[in-house]
Amino acid sequence: MQGYNGKILRINLTTQSVKTEPLDLVQAQKFIGGRGLGSKILMDEIDANIDPLSPENKLIFVTGPLTGTATPTGGRYMVVTKSPLTGTVASSNSGGYWGAELKFAGYDAIILEGKADKPVYINIEDEKVEIKDASSLWGKVVSETTTELERIHGSKVRVSTIGPGGEKLSKMASIMNEKSRAAGRSGVGAVMGSKNLKAIVVRGSHKVEIANPEKLKEVFSRCLSQIKENGVTGQGLPAYGTAVLVNILNENGALPTNNFQTSLFEKADDISGETMAEKFLTKKEACFRCPIACGRVCDMDGVEVAGPEYETLWSFGSDCGVSDLGEIIKANNWCNELGIDTISVGATIAAAMELYQRGYIKKEDLGDGPELIWGNAEAVVEWTKRIGLAQGLGAKMAEGSYRLCEMFGAPELSMTVKKQELPAYDPRGIQGQGISYATSNRGGCHVRGYMISPEILGLPEKLDRFSLEGKSEWAKLFQDFTAGIDSVGLCLFTSFAMGADDYADLYNAVCGTEITGNDFVQAGERIWNIEKIFNLNAGIDSSQDTLPKRLLKDEIPEGPSKGWVTRLDILLPEYYIARGWDQLGIPTSTKLEELGIDSKLDSTKV
Amino acid sequence: MNITVKFFATFRRGREKIVNIEVERGSTVKEVLDIVKIEVDEIAILLVNGRDGTIAQLLNDGDTLSLFPPVGGG
Repeated sequence: MQGYNGKILRINLTTQSVKTEPLDLVQAQKFIGGRGLGSKILMDEIDANIDPLSPENKLIFVTGPLTGTATPTGGRYMVVTKSPLTGTVASSNSGGYWGAELKFAGYDAIILEGKADKPVYINIEDEKVEIKDASSLWGKVVSETTTELERIHGSKVRVSTIGPGGEKLSKMASIMNEKSRAAGRSGVGAVMGSKNLKAIVVRGSHKVEIANPEKLKEVFSRCLSQIKENGVTGQGLPAYGTAVLVNILNENGALPTNNFQTSLFEKADDISGETMAEKFLTKKEACFRCPIACGRVCDMDGVEVAGPEYETLWSFGSDCGVSDLGEIIKANNWCNELGIDTISVGATIAAAMELYQRGYIKKEDLGDGPELIWGNAEAVVEWTKRIGLAQGLGAKMAEGSYRLCEMFGAPELSMTVKKQELPAYDPRGIQGQGISYATSNRGGCHVRGYMISPEILGLPEKLDRFSLEGKSEWAKLFQDFTAGIDSVGLCLFTSFAMGADDYADLYNAVCGTEITGNDFVQAGERIWNIEKIFNLNAGIDSSQDTLPKRLLKDEIPEGPSKGWVTRLDILLPEYYIARGWDQLGIPTSTKLEELGIDSKLDSTKV
Repeated sequence: MNITVKFFATFRRGREKIVNIEVERGSTVKEVLDIVKIEVDEIAILLVNGRDGTIAQLLNDGDTLSLFPPVGGG
């Protein structure tokens, strides 16, 4: 079957064994690839209750059938594992070029098992796979590691690596490819670090086989026109990147500020996409086969570095009360170098600032570190560094906001869902985003069901952001649709311009199948349900389908969203009904049968 | 009456970020747009005092209009 290479690389780091196995094409089609296939493999191969940082956990790098093909944005891959941050299934998506290269080397996925007894990296050149000593790379930052591996293996290789954050097992550690593209969330980098695996170098020389090249040309050209003609993907993202959202959310009064104590930031314009374009932007950057090019390159004291995304401008910016964009660019760069997630790190510093504001963290706890005061840009940069290097209080902060707040006796100050830091949209002013956050299978996350699209941007249609009506059904649909896109190997941003039928047509042209748009969304629903089953088996039940108390009880105190809390009391029961789950949020046997899921719920756990 | 108009993204090209304009009592959003020379179909997001607004909406003294062309998501 085309699209898929039909081959999985399985590497056991304890025994140093390297094997290739055929891909189960029936399962692959059922779960598409990427996030779906990775979750299915994880579910089948590990006990959901294992310690995520033990050798029993597996780390799966998995591409989609469209990864490496001539499709718009066809370069995405997923890292799937059990998350050390949340204890849920983790699947972190990344762009760049590494995923496509893995396809060119002839594999659909790499399954990593066990733990090496000393630091190693893996070098893949088509069929040649070597496990090599990484002692001299251990401790090096991401750019140095990447440059050194390119020097050894040639400038054409693609490198995916952890930084010191992953080595030191920070629960916020990311995996970085091409230096600045991140599989950022849920601490996947710590799992890689726990296996003593520093990097994976890939070089491939094959082409991905296409079932119907003529058909693909036709569908590609249609989708490309849609992307070019769409306001968001054709104009907005190319011109300003994601950063343009700063002012939009602030004008709506839904830009979380000072750890969600309010949702209006007086100096929002100073950290906006408009200001970035005017003062810091040097050029744009695109991932593999991307016609959008949302990536930013910014000037940092005369050096060109990757520019911050919207989420990062928020986490280090308004969430910490910081308005110095130049310093946010530095904090972002430290995250890329140390291999830590910008959302979780910024949000954890914001939580630390509130702990300091309320006297839980005391001056003596800071050591020689800068004061954790709202608006202190120097503190944001310095504590980011100390988190990545696990120094002093930074080592406690590296555990993430929830564990930090718990250590200091105030877990209610952690703005997390399932222990993962919430991103840059206040759900009190965007009700559908609230239900999407609360039910996300990997905890606090905006890209599991981006309700900002209909509720703020008006795509595919404008919904009243305060209304509850139909929001649970909308969130479910967005979640399922997104799970499909994350699995097929394309970038979520294409969904501003493309519908389910477009993805199905691309998939059919590449794989030679005849699925419909509905089949595509249903595969997404199947994926959502197996993720849920994994979480239930890991002991994470519906009591965790919730939001921090602040967002349920404390009204936004000022601005256009003043007076609102998230009405989860109404939205959550409706959501379970929309999902066809019982009132405890457990998938019913009827639903699982309808989706053709044979993975079993462990009844002793639920 | 006095209306504040805030421009974002490409709407800032050739304009100030914020302008205050005097309009007659009973003016609509559309009349303000005509004054600042922005076509209805150029606008992707239109807020009046931070809430979703419409073209025909009647404005009150002191209202703030926020205008965005098609912009990114994230």
